[in-house]
Amino acid sequence: MTAAAIAADVRAGRRTAESIVEDALGLVAARDGDVHAFLHVDTEGAIAAARAVDARVARGEEPGPLAGVPLALKDNLCTRGIPTTCGSRILEGWRPPYTATAVERLLACGAVPLGKTNLDEFAMGSSTENSAFGPTRNPRNPARVPGGSSGGSAAAVAAGFAPIALGTDTGGSIRQPAALCGVVGVKPTYGAVSRYGLIAFASSLDQIGPFATNVADAAAVLEAMAGPDPRDSTSWPEPFAPLDVRADVSGLRVGVVRELMGEGIAADVAARAAEAADALSAAGAKVDEVSVPGARYALSAYYLIAPAEASSNLARYDGVRYGLRVERDDITTTYGATRAAGFGAEVKRRIMLGTYALSAGYYDAYYGQAQRARTLLIRDFAAAYERFDVLLTPTTPTTAFELGARTADPLSMYLSDVCTVPSNLAGHPAMTVPFGTGADGLPIGVQVLAPALGERVMFRVAATLEEVAPR
Amino acid sequence: MSDWETVIGLEVHCELRTETKLFCGCRNAFGDEPNTNICPTCLGLPGSLPVLNRAAVEFAMRIGTALHCEVRPSIFHRKNYFYPDMPKDYQISQYDEPLNVNGWLELPDGTRVGIERAHLEEDTGKTTHVGTSGRIHGADFSLVDYNRAGVPLVEIVSRPDIRSADQAKSYVAELRGILVATGASDGKMEEGSLRVDANVSVHRAGEPFGTRAEIKNLNSLRSLGRAIDYETRRQVALLEDGGTVVQETRHWNEDEGRTSSLRTKEEAYDYRYFPEPDLVPLDPPVAWKDNVRASLPVLPAERRHRLAELVGMAPADVSLLVELDLDRLVGDAISVGADPRIAVNRAANEVAAAPERAAALDPTAFAALTRMEADGRLTATQAKAVLAEVIASGGDPQAIADAHGYAPADSGLVEAAVDTAIADDEAAWARYVGGEDKVAGLFVGKVMKATGGKADGKAVTALLQSKRAAATGQAH
Repeated sequence: MTAAAIAADVRAGRRTAESIVEDALGLVAARDGDVHAFLHVDTEGAIAAARAVDARVARGEEPGPLAGVPLALKDNLCTRGIPTTCGSRILEGWRPPYTATAVERLLACGAVPLGKTNLDEFAMGSSTENSAFGPTRNPRNPARVPGGSSGGSAAAVAAGFAPIALGTDTGGSIRQPAALCGVVGVKPTYGAVSRYGLIAFASSLDQIGPFATNVADAAAVLEAMAGPDPRDSTSWPEPFAPLDVRADVSGLRVGVVRELMGEGIAADVAARAAEAADALSAAGAKVDEVSVPGARYALSAYYLIAPAEASSNLARYDGVRYGLRVERDDITTTYGATRAAGFGAEVKRRIMLGTYALSAGYYDAYYGQAQRARTLLIRDFAAAYERFDVLLTPTTPTTAFELGARTADPLSMYLSDVCTVPSNLAGHPAMTVPFGTGADGLPIGVQVLAPALGERVMFRVAATLEEVAPR
Repeated sequence: MSDWETVIGLEVHCELRTETKLFCGCRNAFGDEPNTNICPTCLGLPGSLPVLNRAAVEFAMRIGTALHCEVRPSIFHRKNYFYPDMPKDYQISQYDEPLNVNGWLELPDGTRVGIERAHLEEDTGKTTHVGTSGRIHGADFSLVDYNRAGVPLVEIVSRPDIRSADQAKSYVAELRGILVATGASDGKMEEGSLRVDANVSVHRAGEPFGTRAEIKNLNSLRSLGRAIDYETRRQVALLEDGGTVVQETRHWNEDEGRTSSLRTKEEAYDYRYFPEPDLVPLDPPVAWKDNVRASLPVLPAERRHRLAELVGMAPADVSLLVELDLDRLVGDAISVGADPRIAVNRAANEVAAAPERAAALDPTAFAALTRMEADGRLTATQAKAVLAEVIASGGDPQAIADAHGYAPADSGLVEAAVDTAIADDEAAWARYVGGEDKVAGLFVGKVMKATGGKADGKAVTALLQSKRAAATGQAH
């Protein structure tokens, strides 16, 4: 059932939120042992929230557009009093004293959080295998990864545990797992959704976004949580414009990004993207090829900027105030022992990379150079958007890979993000829509990119792709 | 060591008197119960974000404008290093694009000290090391109070334009006056509202500047002066012995009266500065800057110049009055006819001795008193006594003088009393005539006694001198 259908039933009194949430919790209890989408299921909280929605309906009050809709939350979003781990030992057992703005807004719309979902530790990874609490499996094929880092949220939606979920996307962490799990995933414009309460990985790239089984539900969730927040200085000061999910692309100009259709992209994936372009053309869009040369350097720039910011953002996990503390004789060795025990290998790797990139004498060559590449990429995008309304690419280079296939080779794992990273660097919105399957029968996603605050046109294209996608 | 010159640059951290902290809504207050003014943001909890306090920016702009800086578009950086009292293990500060640049400050002696920058940053928490050492190494345990974490600071960095310990003290006193005048600071060094680090180097006259050492832990003007003097001697002795000064950070130990090495350049932190991605650029609009400029009070240097011109003295000679906030009293009194020099003298002494009452002193009464003294209607001693009463309980100076029976002694009576005193003790007079000046006191005392204290001591001395001149003139 879609979120829209559930909310309509609850609002009309045809079903109670409690019964819906009970069904969802029952499904999680029955099946999540195999999938491991959740790190923490908040049964009591979910039932209480559902009853509160039902009480509002009973009193004739407005229960909100997402009334009674079960919601899964990535475990790097702060939830008051509920464990929030970031998939890391270093935050095991920590309960935030406050709730993220985006989550608060969904609660105000009547959504009911079931619990917190698995992720690569501190959102660093593309397979959810970097979680300190064990991997999540792809509901479409348990031998395969769900992608990452928001693999738990993607899997929760794909498995039918919840029709909607929140993830975070720093370099593709919503879109890549959405594509691999065959669901819709959106990375909004940087600043469209408040980051307050999102535990930072790379602050200039992080953005919260929705997962859903369909484009309209994703739009509803985004509309519910987007908009200015005085607690986030980088949030857009203007109200978020309502979205448009009519499947209408007539007259829209669509550019297919040449740099992301060839080398490094599996043939079946590239073929689906080309098919999607043809379908849009058939639906009335003007489709042409476009070059975004800066996209070639995006991955390199990303893997300097994101670790650099992470090295600073993750410094606070030092054992002094909260989370894990491994006590030693003095403060310096306590820092070392705490962080050695609390962080996993990938987090340590990125902290080291980032620390190096920011070091005196290396800043210009690494961090500074990466920021210049970012500026060039933004310029290339601006040139492309003079000719096109949206751009089209595959979402991922391949379909879901097998668990363990890339864990020994970080670089091959990093390449999973090649199509998604440019939008984060530019601060632009992008979303993935399921578009058929690959040679292995697993889902393939195509990605729609738009300029900053171009969500309205992006959703129209996505809605069209959803309508014409192979079943 | 006469040909050695000392070069000093000062970094002053000023806590801003905002209601709330720099990046959150927590109270900015000194002395509260530890860890009561804290929230997710100033504790650096995961997921929290900073939001810039407009009032802190306004104070920073007031400081920059008062220091003749250019107030310019700026950004924040992160300064990364691990320390338990820094909740995020980085400090949000300003680095290569600070809010205020290129200003200056004028000392009472007329020296202009350049201001390189005055930038905004957040304070750290406060650590108390429990155990014998009092320092982090060797402590049994440490307690951290995060009430101060996130309190807004402006760091004011001078150019190396200061040449002596006295000038350094004068700079800090002047800066303190400006900070208090702008309303940005309470100026309390003892509470840590103002904290000073000194960069000190020495070189021989005509040679390039030497290698500098940065001295920390200077909690008073006295410490600042002592530390600079000590450090100057240390560096000169080192160089004269053929050694070299190493660039390092040194700690001032007030009890031992010496500095000791904290860390050398090689051990210095690599702060890995990079632009703070959680904040947007700070570019105050022109209208705001204009507003700040228009709302600034008259600053100490300008007040010194105004008063100096009014009383015909050098600015340095009236700086104490400005520092004590008595320039307005003097100015007001002069505008209603006070004798300028007597007003300056009485204000700097008698009025300054009772600072808590000074504000209530009526300028007109004060002016009248100075005129009475200037006209010779009151002696200096009488004027001081009358002023003390006016300060203590108000009232009209003339009425108070009358009540005391203060009236100028008849000059004929005074001269007669002088002659009597001389006649009474011819031996003493001979010694005075012979050049023993101190004997004058004996005669003055006798005359005062004879006139019931109404004679003017100065006038009596003058009379004695003229009689002596006459006497010695006759002898030749």
